[in-house]
Amino acid sequence: MSSTASVQRRFQRFTPRQRFVRWVVLMLSVAAITVSIRHVEVIPEFLYDAPEQLVDLLNRLWPPDLEYYPIAVHEALLETLHIATLGTVLALFLAVPVGLLAARNVTRSTTLNWLAKLILVSSRSVNSLVWALLFVAVFGPGAMAGTLAIAFRSIGFVGKLFAEAVEETQVGPIEALRATGAPRFSVLVKGYWPQVKPAFWSIALFRWDINVRESAVLGLVGAGGIGVALDASLNLFYWDRVATVLLSIFAVVILAELAVTQIRQRII
Amino acid sequence: MTLPEADPQAARGDPPRPLAIRGLCKSYTRGKPVLTEIDLDIESRGFTVIIGPSGTGKSTLIRCINRLVEPTSGQVLFEGRDVVRMGRTELRHTRRRIGMVFQEYNLVERLSVIENLLCGRLGYVSPWRAWLRRFPQSDVEHAFTLLEAVGLGDLAYQRADSLSGGQRQRVGIARAVMQSPRLLLADEPTSSLDPKTSVEIMELMVNMAGELEIPVIVNIHDVALGRRFADRVIGMSEGRIVYDGPPGDLTDAHLNSIYGGGGWL
Repeated sequence: MSSTASVQRRFQRFTPRQRFVRWVVLMLSVAAITVSIRHVEVIPEFLYDAPEQLVDLLNRLWPPDLEYYPIAVHEALLETLHIATLGTVLALFLAVPVGLLAARNVTRSTTLNWLAKLILVSSRSVNSLVWALLFVAVFGPGAMAGTLAIAFRSIGFVGKLFAEAVEETQVGPIEALRATGAPRFSVLVKGYWPQVKPAFWSIALFRWDINVRESAVLGLVGAGGIGVALDASLNLFYWDRVATVLLSIFAVVILAELAVTQIRQRII
Repeated sequence: MTLPEADPQAARGDPPRPLAIRGLCKSYTRGKPVLTEIDLDIESRGFTVIIGPSGTGKSTLIRCINRLVEPTSGQVLFEGRDVVRMGRTELRHTRRRIGMVFQEYNLVERLSVIENLLCGRLGYVSPWRAWLRRFPQSDVEHAFTLLEAVGLGDLAYQRADSLSGGQRQRVGIARAVMQSPRLLLADEPTSSLDPKTSVEIMELMVNMAGELEIPVIVNIHDVALGRRFADRVIGMSEGRIVYDGPPGDLTDAHLNSIYGGGGWL
């Protein structure tokens, strides 16, 4: 009797089966990491002289060629901001209808919900740079392709978060407005919109913030903005100009961040 | 007429009865009816109070009248027309004539008090005008007058979420009255309020209904409060009407048959 009691009282966090599974998962992880390292082919010589190369690069970057800023950076920087802003605005217009279709409490058709979700997922699964490549192929290089790339990448992000905000609204007021005989669009405007408005503007600002950063690299594939200046300087090994471009991007991102924080505090 | 019973008044050419419910059934899951064969006539005036234990279908009954809940079968004749069979547009036009007051007030919290009142006109105003907040001047004036009448004249531009429970319910009633309703429904309008405010809210509904000369149907779980204001009491138990008569005739025996047991009285 006493021996069975002590057996029952022995504490084990995991059952033998669980322990076996955990061991297998550990072994598989080790194997996966080993295979990855071999595949990447880390060349030890390159790894060893990395600090030296870093110092060398910094020497080439410093001092930045500030003369270059008015020549090519300023215009490109403004173009980047325009791409980010226009792209975000376009995305907002496109994302709201798709988001409403995806929200199950507004659109009571599973087929439409799935269709909308498919659109949102496709938009997100393609990177901005890839979208940019596609639009450069269609519209040729320039800011137009960049703006569309930003917009199409943002639809998925904005639409998904907007749909979630819509689904989290309280049903009570919606029911009350339906009971007054309000048409659907009035219920959207007076019942849903006041409830999702803070979330919507918060999402829009957040996305704009991200888009400022993303549009800075679109020029690498020819989609306009400051990335073009960066690409040109990199290709010609003007490292001091590269430094100017990088500093400008850094400054703009910081400013965008500050602006967004300020505005968000005001509206919420 | 093949259905002389459906509404004898209409057959005689009188204005149709505001509300006649015939054989109304509702089950949310098949085989488990919440409402069974409800028959109910509401005359053109009067304060009808529905009492009964929780989960007995009081709220479902009220919501079947304006089809916030879809009835499973039966007829709901509002001014002689069957609400259950209406298409979307006709249902919308009918809902405009049925005001509704809710337990949780159901105001749009982030809108101002006055705009919540104007929401009562959404059934009449085009969505476009509603969006741009261009309500007809007559509606705006009516809203301000009504806000005075419910005693909240100085709170017009306050946000609804800054109001107390009693104030919110006043706004809820005013919103329903804005509809120029021919029938007022109230689903547990006092359950979230303290006893004194509850009485004030009931008085307000009685007064408003008196001015509009319309009938009121209120479901309530506070029997004493219901009795105090009722012209007619409907007792429900397990999805059926088990008492229908004036509040004075409601005896303890009736209450026992409605709520079951006897120890609580």
